Amino acid sequence: MTRKEIVALLLAGGQGSRLGVLTKNIAKPAVLYGGKYRIIDFTLSNCINSGIDTVGVLTQYQPLKLNSHIGIGKPWDLDRVNGGITILAPYMKTEKGEWYSGTADAVYQNIHYVNEMSPKYVIILSGDHIYKMNYSEMLEYHKETKADATISVIDVPYEEASRYGIMNTREDGTIYEFEEKPQNPKSTLASMGIYIFNWDCLREYLINDHLKSNSDHDFGKNIIPAMLADGKRMLAYRFAGYWRDVGTIQAYWESTINLTERIPDFNMYDPYWKIYTPNPVYPAHFIGDTGKVEKSIIAEGCMVYGTVKNSVIFPGVTINEGAYIEDSIIMSDALIGANSEIYCSIIGESSVIGNNAKCGVGEFAESTYNPKVYDSKITVIGSNTVIPNNTVLGKNVVIDNYITPHDFESNFIPSGGALIKGGDNE
Amino acid sequence: MKSTMGIILTGGKNSRLKELSLERSIAAVPFGGKYRVIDFTLSNMVNSGITNVGVITQYNIRSLMDHLGSGKEWDLDRKNEGLFIFPPYLSEFGSGWYKGTADALYNNLTFLLRSDEEFVVIGQGYAIYNMEFDPMLEQHINKNADITIACRNMSDFSFNDQKNMGMVQIDDDGRIIDFMEKPLNPKNNLGSMGVYIIRRKLLIELLQDSAAKGQTELVQDIIVKNTDTLRIYSYIFNGYWRPLSNIQLYYRTNMELLNPKVRNELFMSRRKIFTKVKDEAPAKYNEEARVRNSIVADGCIIEGEVENCVLFRGVRIMKGAVVKNSLIMQGSVVESNTHLSYCILDKGVTITAGKTLNGDSEWPLIVGKNVKV
Repeated sequence: MTRKEIVALLLAGGQGSRLGVLTKNIAKPAVLYGGKYRIIDFTLSNCINSGIDTVGVLTQYQPLKLNSHIGIGKPWDLDRVNGGITILAPYMKTEKGEWYSGTADAVYQNIHYVNEMSPKYVIILSGDHIYKMNYSEMLEYHKETKADATISVIDVPYEEASRYGIMNTREDGTIYEFEEKPQNPKSTLASMGIYIFNWDCLREYLINDHLKSNSDHDFGKNIIPAMLADGKRMLAYRFAGYWRDVGTIQAYWESTINLTERIPDFNMYDPYWKIYTPNPVYPAHFIGDTGKVEKSIIAEGCMVYGTVKNSVIFPGVTINEGAYIEDSIIMSDALIGANSEIYCSIIGESSVIGNNAKCGVGEFAESTYNPKVYDSKITVIGSNTVIPNNTVLGKNVVIDNYITPHDFESNFIPSGGALIKGGDNE
Repeated sequence: MKSTMGIILTGGKNSRLKELSLERSIAAVPFGGKYRVIDFTLSNMVNSGITNVGVITQYNIRSLMDHLGSGKEWDLDRKNEGLFIFPPYLSEFGSGWYKGTADALYNNLTFLLRSDEEFVVIGQGYAIYNMEFDPMLEQHINKNADITIACRNMSDFSFNDQKNMGMVQIDDDGRIIDFMEKPLNPKNNLGSMGVYIIRRKLLIELLQDSAAKGQTELVQDIIVKNTDTLRIYSYIFNGYWRPLSNIQLYYRTNMELLNPKVRNELFMSRRKIFTKVKDEAPAKYNEEARVRNSIVADGCIIEGEVENCVLFRGVRIMKGAVVKNSLIMQGSVVESNTHLSYCILDKGVTITAGKTLNGDSEWPLIVGKNVKV
């Protein structure tokens, strides 16, 4: 195999537990975003747009959707003879099978994959974020500064700094200290979880880390501090564009709805930095005689006979006459019944909202089910769920995936309520 | 579909679509927001399980070649078989340009000889329809026909349109007893859709035979002249079908997509229409957007008023613009405070601020590719 200068390893095994029912059956990188995409598309598109054509995708949690989405990498032009995309799932070894116990362990278990390409550099990415970044510029910086490791950082507001891993740097950009979620941050440079390493150097640290039984096998907690302790040359690379971890329902909703602004914070219409995804086979969408669309994003295959305001509608959605949708995200192939009203809600893939049903009405109330995850006024309905006709759902309600009309005991669920069907992997 | 190959004829020189077909063949003309005309016949073949398809091209082939590429959107990038494109060529024996449909097929006889399918479906690159060829093949076999021609009741076309079609007369068994190509006085409403099924070996024989006689046309020389000697049968198709053979039909057919019945028949069955993808972000509507009864493709950004229109990919309608009854093709920009009605804007057109352009429902105003008005 031809030697590659750089190989990307994309960590896509995260559950994203704070997205609640949205990630109950799929991994966070597979969650739909932006009216057409899945979260991982942004990182994969960054790779190909940066000229990286060898990408290993490390999966673990609920990988089915992710695997079928990625396929052989065609949409990203990553179906290559030499390199291309490779899905790296945990596997059995001679003695025993092991799950990936941490981010560093996941890479450690795939050392042989990287070795085969014998790259000079590896870039570690996560499939959890929405951003556009040219990794080749970061690689240039890494080479110019002759670093052993370069960590991409973003300036965050001081108040929020204690939620991130903070890099404390000298004037020349070298890192002298890393603090995970510090109480009193000394700087506001947060790690974006994007690392470029000299492969020879990283491999050595991964092997050493693997032997330590008290290690969490995590890049942030173990590998970076160990390298710092050994006085390796580590640089912070400043990134200034849009970068969001859409890891909570509130953050997911805010970032998605912001796309409908006249000039959104994140531009999906850049012809020089396209975002790629498998294109659904649908005709262009149709706005009917009674349809009305204002400040919204509508994807292909939709049929709109109702009113849509300030919302993002994914491919193949039908919105029937008299329906009113505001501040909401409707995922692929959902059906919105006639004269229904939907406010500030997220409706999962292939779900059906009955005629005259209402979602997201009334006043906010704390979630009776899981106030840690469901802590906003947003009502979330999972995928493949049917909400019967005339049902009324309050604010901050959560309805599980695969709910049928038989699962409803009454046609009213007050704010903060929930309808969850067995299975506890949320 | 069992052992069947496909051939798509994309036609000779045609200026009936005016400016739209000056630089491309009809098969490559954009249609319905995101498609090219050939997508329909090609998808029909793929949906009928045909995996060996030859596209015979002649005029202005660049944009058609660009669109078809390796055939991967239709799942025709195969190791064995797949998509083949046949432009005219010069050789010791051939003169280059195809002199007619039969001549075009004869020039590519090697393709027919080397394939090993039992049957051939021949289709046209200029028609919009969603059709499964399996039942037609079944009838072809049951009737022990030599040639089966897909026909339909053409009463939804004007008398003038019918005069440009091949009209047929059949007996009680469905056998074609008379075939009139472009008749002055059509006797009934049954017309040919230009879709034929024939045994591959018979087609080779007929082509060799007609070439020896110096004949060049599939319809006039092979079909019309052989209604007595060959068992030529009709297969009645009852669905939606439109040939885009003039600008009125092109405009009307695009507009008919606004009818849910037509749209559902073409696009919402399990037989999908495939096309080349462009990776545009979904369409965006700003606050001022007022869109009614229109088709809007990905990548559009709309701030104006749009009614009864088809907007192709990446179109911009700016503030205060009012666009009605128009087709706006890929990448065109309609600047603020313009008024358009009954217009067809080809790809990449810019209508500068404040302009008013009015066409007529029978004679829509066409603005050529990349023109700035």
